[in-house]
Amino acid sequence: MTNTYNASRTFASPHAHGGSGVRHTMVRVQFALLPATLFGFWLYGWPAFFLWLITLLSCLAFEFMSLRLMGRQQIGRTLGDGSALLTGWLLAMTLPPWAPWWVGVVGAFIAIVIGKQVFGGLGHNVFNPAMVARVALLISFPLPLTTWVAPLPLTSAAAPGFVEGLQITLGQMHLTDAMSSATLLGYAKTELSRGVDLVQALAGDHAPGLSWSGIRAGSLGESAAVLILAGGLFLLVTGVIRWQAPLGVLAGVAVPAAIAHAVAPGHYLDAGTHLLSGALMLGAFFIATDYVTSPTTGQGQLIFGLGVGLITWVIRSLGGYPEGVAFAILLMNALTPIIDRYTKPRILGRTRAGRPIDPPPVGKGA
Amino acid sequence: MSGTIRTLVRDGLWDNNVVFAQMLALCPAMAVTTSGTNGLGMGLASTAVLVVANVLVSLLRHIISPQVRIPVFIVLIASLVTVVDMVLNAWLHELYKVLGLFIALIVVNCAILGRAEAFASRSNPWHALIDGLAMGIGFTGALTLIGLIREFLGSGTLFAQASQLLGPAFSFLEIRVAGYGGALLMILPPGAFAVLGFLLAGKRVIDARREARAAAAATPATA
Repeated sequence: MTNTYNASRTFASPHAHGGSGVRHTMVRVQFALLPATLFGFWLYGWPAFFLWLITLLSCLAFEFMSLRLMGRQQIGRTLGDGSALLTGWLLAMTLPPWAPWWVGVVGAFIAIVIGKQVFGGLGHNVFNPAMVARVALLISFPLPLTTWVAPLPLTSAAAPGFVEGLQITLGQMHLTDAMSSATLLGYAKTELSRGVDLVQALAGDHAPGLSWSGIRAGSLGESAAVLILAGGLFLLVTGVIRWQAPLGVLAGVAVPAAIAHAVAPGHYLDAGTHLLSGALMLGAFFIATDYVTSPTTGQGQLIFGLGVGLITWVIRSLGGYPEGVAFAILLMNALTPIIDRYTKPRILGRTRAGRPIDPPPVGKGA
Repeated sequence: MSGTIRTLVRDGLWDNNVVFAQMLALCPAMAVTTSGTNGLGMGLASTAVLVVANVLVSLLRHIISPQVRIPVFIVLIASLVTVVDMVLNAWLHELYKVLGLFIALIVVNCAILGRAEAFASRSNPWHALIDGLAMGIGFTGALTLIGLIREFLGSGTLFAQASQLLGPAFSFLEIRVAGYGGALLMILPPGAFAVLGFLLAGKRVIDARREARAAAAATPATA
């Protein structure tokens, strides 16, 4: 770039640019999601891949449609920034892997059109689009959204082939009871409501130790908690996200979980199970760190994360739903403007209240 | 039909529609419209109140002093709502069970007070009658439309229980989409906000296109 400085021109800030753009960030986040996603494809077979593909393509299609309808310029550039792709990816990570195709399409519509573009597009949305879609789908279609499949790794004999997988995603094949399975959190909730002590319920097959390997029923982003954690650490190291929000989320869940488990182990899951179950890792590293819908300052992000974690734990332990990360994030998204308001950094040379520090002495004659 | 009347009708049905342009009476427009039938019933009940209130206010407009006009309007509207409430309870009891709570709230429906204040209190009874009818029908149409969309998406039916409102002869209106369970969210409040938002956007698009076409027709083809 030939930079001939013209003194008669004014340049708007920022005057120094880190060189990172929307596309750069989005690609990094997608790269961080890749290991967990590939593991999920292997674990749940072709249907998981088809659902993922359909969700991503629908997100792009709805993004294109919205931009066209709104008469935006440079549609190709906006589509290419990867934000719609990432939204679709995150949404697909939270869906049951064998859900029918229309779950992905409807979810993409809710995420992109209602969750994002209605507010004015990237940067203007109040709520995280993927979580909006997740919650709307869960409330609208409870049955397909809570039908989890037992892991059938691609390499195993019972795994559905390419064509069979397509049939499952297109809703041509019904899941048999033998294939379906409950997630750990769902199982714990059901057993508790039947009056079974958690200590007994989680003995044997359902031992929480399985969580580490990731081979269990759940969504793409739920089974591979360790791989998600690795992706999150990669984002931390590369500076895409900061540590405050993830730490807040994890601590917000772990601390109350540990206390409650110590008091009544029969009623409350232990902290480790909480951390490795459900969408907590995904939520902590990939959703709670969303630039748009979380607070700006580090202090604010810590408060935000703690709130997400605490609400998640309350919903999981005391609420009606087995999992509550999505609800918790939406609730804290709503509080983000207030958090931002109270964690405003002090302006240089002024007090927190905005009054100038050390006002210039007022001369007698002035 | 004279020009004034035509303007009044156009205003009520489209240009100045209670819900889609004035954005008044959004409480019933969102709370009641879980089905097309509910929307239609609420719309008709409000229309009845609106027409009579408009005519009465117009007739009494020279007697009512400006200082006390608001209380007088409210008392008038409240009496009419009580009548509608009792009529529905007596003859359309099934519908009343669904709408009952909201019928009483027609009193505070700002659209009705708004028409009394903004139009009926300064127009002759004939115009007030036409205005009330047009506004009422526009309101009913809006509520029915919102109700139908939410009902269709939310429970996969159209005009469920319409025969209870309109009589057995209208049972042909009741349509059920086979094999569709419905998205519960559309019946819940967020569905109402989403549907209303998209309808408002749609109306603005149509209006913008119409204006553009009118502008194009008005400018002579010189270029």
